[in-house]
Amino acid sequence: MHSLYNFVSGPLAWLAFIVFVGGSLFRLITLFTLIHKKERFIYTYFSLKYSLRSIVHWITPFASVNMRRHPFFTIVTFAFHICLVLTPLLLLAHVTLIDESWNLSWWSLSESAAIAMTLIVIACCIFFLVRRLISPEVQYVTAASDYWILAIVAAPFITGLLAYYQWFDYQTMVILHILSGEIMLVAIPFTRLSHMLFAPLTRAYMGSEFGGIRHARDW
Amino acid sequence: MAEPAKQDSNQVVDQGLEVGAQNLSADRIEKVINQVLKGEGGARLKAYVDTCIHCGLCSEACHYYLSHDKDPRYSPVGKVKQTLWEMLKNKGRVSARFIQSASAIASTECNACKRCAMYCPFGIDIAYLMLTVRRICHLLGVTPLYIQDTAHSHAATMNQMWVKDDEWPDTLQWQEEEAQAEIPDLRIPLEKEGADIMYSVIGPEPKFQAQLIYQAAVIMNVAGVDWTMPATPGWDNSDMAMYTGDNEIMGRVKRAHFETAARLRVKRIVMGECGHAFRSVYDMGNRWLGWRMPPIPIVHAIDFYHELIQEGRIKVAKKFESPVTLHDPCNVIRGGGLADKARYVVNAICDELIEMHPNREHNYCCGAGGGVINCGPPYKNTRMQGNRVKAEQLFAAKSRGAKVLIAPCHNCHSGLEDINHHYGLGYEIKFISDILYEVMEKQV
Repeated sequence: MHSLYNFVSGPLAWLAFIVFVGGSLFRLITLFTLIHKKERFIYTYFSLKYSLRSIVHWITPFASVNMRRHPFFTIVTFAFHICLVLTPLLLLAHVTLIDESWNLSWWSLSESAAIAMTLIVIACCIFFLVRRLISPEVQYVTAASDYWILAIVAAPFITGLLAYYQWFDYQTMVILHILSGEIMLVAIPFTRLSHMLFAPLTRAYMGSEFGGIRHARDW
Repeated sequence: MAEPAKQDSNQVVDQGLEVGAQNLSADRIEKVINQVLKGEGGARLKAYVDTCIHCGLCSEACHYYLSHDKDPRYSPVGKVKQTLWEMLKNKGRVSARFIQSASAIASTECNACKRCAMYCPFGIDIAYLMLTVRRICHLLGVTPLYIQDTAHSHAATMNQMWVKDDEWPDTLQWQEEEAQAEIPDLRIPLEKEGADIMYSVIGPEPKFQAQLIYQAAVIMNVAGVDWTMPATPGWDNSDMAMYTGDNEIMGRVKRAHFETAARLRVKRIVMGECGHAFRSVYDMGNRWLGWRMPPIPIVHAIDFYHELIQEGRIKVAKKFESPVTLHDPCNVIRGGGLADKARYVVNAICDELIEMHPNREHNYCCGAGGGVINCGPPYKNTRMQGNRVKAEQLFAAKSRGAKVLIAPCHNCHSGLEDINHHYGLGYEIKFISDILYEVMEKQV
């Protein structure tokens, strides 16, 4: 058990981060190479001002017509993404680990806040799952991979919570927690979780087209 | 009769699709799909497909989806699933029947209006994906018959309506004579090199809406514009090849148009009230030819009327009394930002503008654009059933008092006529120029 723990928290963690960073760079470089080779016109239409105008509108809750049309979904998706990114970065246990390894630390969440945020992520995942299952327009375009992606995202939070409360075998749960976190990191560049990398770019392009050429709003 | 008595829209028979699909082999389909997706498609296609998280939030943007009681097959992403995703998943190994169905979906159940691009959180351009499907179907020779005929007309005559080379100046001179009965010294100057403006129209104007050329001539003459029209091919700014995916013909047609304006050494091209033509000269055709923006500035009619009224070159004798509502055409509003100018013009010439909702960028499509109406009679029911939401929107504006519907775009105009008739809305539908011509002071 100890050697397995050492493996997943040592070499495998390194590997996961390397694949995450390297894979993300690879995906971005491939995309920009493709732009350079075939669609260089994208650069000529690019406008920083209108890219930012579009991005800001779409990362501000209720700033677009479609967000206002789906208020509950908007709240869920913002809560989900904020908690998804911030919880692991600001979790005391994670910060402590990094502090012990590299003597590097930053502000961390209180325990109750971390638990609440973890629960929010899990609840949102359940909402997304139910929505996929019962909402006809989502169900129609759902593939098996969509459930896998959801599971990959939910797993680190579920296992993290179980480990915290020590409900099952603690060591097994911690190993599963680390492993699922690593799977998620590796999955980001190579699944549709890559919208983390690409969404700002597609948004920037559409923002530039709508602002600079079409002189219209895109929200 | 324009519509069959029995409403059975799923049984559309289109020779262009039927015969086209019969000629296909599995190898050819695979080759062409991969040629387009891998060869022609680039970073946008890849990013759009890889980024879509299948959330379905684009659905409510689409009038087909809303009009079909939220049937998911009609949502923008639902249409991508039924076409592009299958092609990608099977790496091009799809059947001829599949291509036939994909062509019908992409060509007749999407107006490429890009409303969904404003509803996708990632700004994925789904209309672009649908046009990519049309491109594949075009290269496979599976395009709806009627619109293919107009693309052939573009290729053979450089205009959309098989207007012959001598028929064109003949029509202009006929309209000049007609208008001279009203304004004796009115001219439609042909081939005047060095004029400020070349006025260009779409093929259907000389073919069966010649009165629009008459009205434009009156407006130009009264405003004292230094203008001309070409007597040669290149006069037509329309472009159905753009919508069939025949980019090569689109390029030829646009080149002829711009080169004609360059030959006449005009400073600007002013175009009539057409939406898709604006898209083809301002957005798509110029890009295909390698120009970031049109090589000669393009001024849409709305923009031009705005200029004439604002500068006082056209004066309104008596405003149009009947209450009007204004339809915002996708290609000039969402595609050209003319929403405010359109309202300025309408308010200048009409007593009362009653807005329909949603409006401006968020207006519902007419259901005719994107080449859908050009796919002809077989798809009329597809358009009528696919745009009930437009009828409801128009009815709401009518219940608040609107009597006249202004549609400053040819496709919108024709499509809304059909909706008006099919749903019994009782609107009178007009172009801006119809009203402008009616209310303006005509002493030169």
